Amino acid sequence: MSNAQELAVREKQELVGKGEKTVPGRYYVPYADIFETDDALTLVMEIAGVEKQNLDVSLENDVLRVDGRIDFAKYDGMEPLYTEYNVGHYTRSFTLSNKIDQEHISAQLDDGVLTLTLPKAKEAQSRRISIG
Amino acid sequence: MALFPDPFDTLLTLQQALESFRSSGWLGSGPSGGGAYPPMNVFRKGDDFIIVTELPGLKKSDLDVQVKGNSVRVAGSKTVSFPDKSAVHRRERLAGRFDRAVTLPVQIDPNGVKAEYRDGILALFLPRAEQDKPRSIQVA
Repeated sequence: MSNAQELAVREKQELVGKGEKTVPGRYYVPYADIFETDDALTLVMEIAGVEKQNLDVSLENDVLRVDGRIDFAKYDGMEPLYTEYNVGHYTRSFTLSNKIDQEHISAQLDDGVLTLTLPKAKEAQSRRISIG
Repeated sequence: MALFPDPFDTLLTLQQALESFRSSGWLGSGPSGGGAYPPMNVFRKGDDFIIVTELPGLKKSDLDVQVKGNSVRVAGSKTVSFPDKSAVHRRERLAGRFDRAVTLPVQIDPNGVKAEYRDGILALFLPRAEQDKPRSIQVA
């Protein structure tokens, strides 16, 4: 682990183009890590400020969609003096190329990080082919 | 005017308000006034000040918040790990350590500072020091 590295500031990525919303306001694209093991595909997404009940994950026609809404009521009565980032809802979708066992998808939200584990369908798991 | 506030309206108003205060000089005189990680938003609520910053994926135990005089220091480190024998398709999340100190242009009461970390958001509640609060002067 290269832990000695200094963290740099990155501007939050705004949602553009496809998937534009009908309501005004900014939407952001969460940063994501995706990795695959022998039996599952795992997505890790950073959605700071989204509570469990305001999170929506759906899988339809191989498109996995994550929608996280921010609770703006928390900012009531707060007057900004100095700001370095903006806040908004998060949305991102991925088209999955693997066959997923839809019944056993699991989601975990910890400290603003969403971890989705998508187990591969039995027929999609790689098999070692023995050469006869 | 409106009996029921429109939730989208609130969102837009907040976003516009946040935008218009971007890079105002409020924290400008601090040692690391701007551009350092983590990005911060400073709000005022009544007499008190609130610093909000997004630190997703950080463990509470890896976070160090210090207050001295009217400067606040937020330091910590964030790790991103992958299991062994995994094929990484995308790697966008950053890991590393950070250390940022900001000096507020107001006096705060260090004993009354509260920190809260939830859902990847760190909020620091900084009460304004009693002697720094404005007093109304009676015009004779």
